[in-house]
Amino acid sequence: MTKITYIENNQKTHTIEVENGLSVMEGAVQNDIPGIDADCGGGMACATCHVYVKEECFNKLPRKQDGEEDMLDMAFEPNKFSRLSCQLIVSKELEGLVVKIPKKQG
Amino acid sequence: MNKTDALIIGAGPTGLFCVHQLGIIGLKCEVVDNLDKIGGQCIELYPDKPIYDIPALPKCTGEELTNNLIKQIKPFKTKFHLNERVQEIKKNKNNWIVKTNKGTEFETPNIIIAGGVGSFEPRKFPSEDCEKFEKKQIFYSIRDKKIFKDKIITIFGGGDSALDWAIELSNTSKIILVHRRDDFRGAQSSIDKIYELKKENKIKIYTKYQLNSTEGKDKLESIIIKHEDGSEKKIETDYVLGFFGLIMKLGPINDWGLNIDKKTIPVNTKNFETNQEGIFAIGDICSYPGKLKLILSGFHEGALAARGCFRYARPDEKLRFEFTTTSKAVQERLGVKK
Repeated sequence: MTKITYIENNQKTHTIEVENGLSVMEGAVQNDIPGIDADCGGGMACATCHVYVKEECFNKLPRKQDGEEDMLDMAFEPNKFSRLSCQLIVSKELEGLVVKIPKKQG
Repeated sequence: MNKTDALIIGAGPTGLFCVHQLGIIGLKCEVVDNLDKIGGQCIELYPDKPIYDIPALPKCTGEELTNNLIKQIKPFKTKFHLNERVQEIKKNKNNWIVKTNKGTEFETPNIIIAGGVGSFEPRKFPSEDCEKFEKKQIFYSIRDKKIFKDKIITIFGGGDSALDWAIELSNTSKIILVHRRDDFRGAQSSIDKIYELKKENKIKIYTKYQLNSTEGKDKLESIIIKHEDGSEKKIETDYVLGFFGLIMKLGPINDWGLNIDKKTIPVNTKNFETNQEGIFAIGDICSYPGKLKLILSGFHEGALAARGCFRYARPDEKLRFEFTTTSKAVQERLGVKK
């Protein structure tokens, strides 16, 4: 289990223990955290699980794979801390990760 | 009024195989889809990406899968209504009256929703002030390119649609291309062409910028774009085009009196009927304990939903279970009987 904090656009904060091996997207969906739609189910095909990673956590994350940056072009108001949460696999290294959820996903 | 035994909403793999399953039990159906082509997400999102988990097909692309399904349902001569979205449904005795946004009407005892995550619609600019200029000076698709002649056009996006239109319209218009990062993801030949046109001063390119706001009261006069570093730039422009791909929206399905849970429709697993009699949901859009969003699950769900349709379409007949290998009736329907 790894502690992940999700901050909704209205600043409502959810800190939860997510099982290692799940994605940050699955952690949100399984715990009913609103704002992460994940329409394609984790296939990197829709950009509706877009999150902003807190600056100090951003560089700790594994780098983006081919295709993630392309998909982020489609996301709602992406910035340089944008990631697709379906591509972030929860592990001990991510302990304390903080992600902000955009105003909407599309 | 089109009368049919079942209306399928969604022409993705699940909807297509359900056509087959209805066909072999002798039911007629028609299919409506909001996209301009058959295939759903397979064609729209990953036509070239290989799929590895279709039973007995070690590897096939979204396009190949779609083409094979189209071939498999050919004997049933199914009518497809593309570029149409089902707008409203109404119960009339034992039938549903269904109307699309183009005004096509159906009368059917069965509706099978195989709509994936909803219908595909263009993604729009985040800024809300864009709405009032939409379809006047801000567009997400192009119907009539003549209106852009000799005008200033600002195009947003980094994929093939953005690049192709920038190249095409640069012949007759002044083009400004804006993208959120330095890399474009379109075909290399298009990217090369764009930089060539930039050298010839036919296209201006701003990267690491996104649309911030619009200026103008009744008429759009200019836009403000914002750089990643926070600095802003004002661009005078006649038209703005945004190409950010498509997003799936549940849309009117929300208003049909169906139970909806997190953008999916709960169903029973006996015949995939929803809380409304004669409305079934199959594929990614349905939910039940243990649901997997896999194409193979959609095939199974469609097979059972088709049988569920039978009693509403043929209330006086009994459905007999038959195999395609041995049933003369089924082989006749498939047009393969010797």
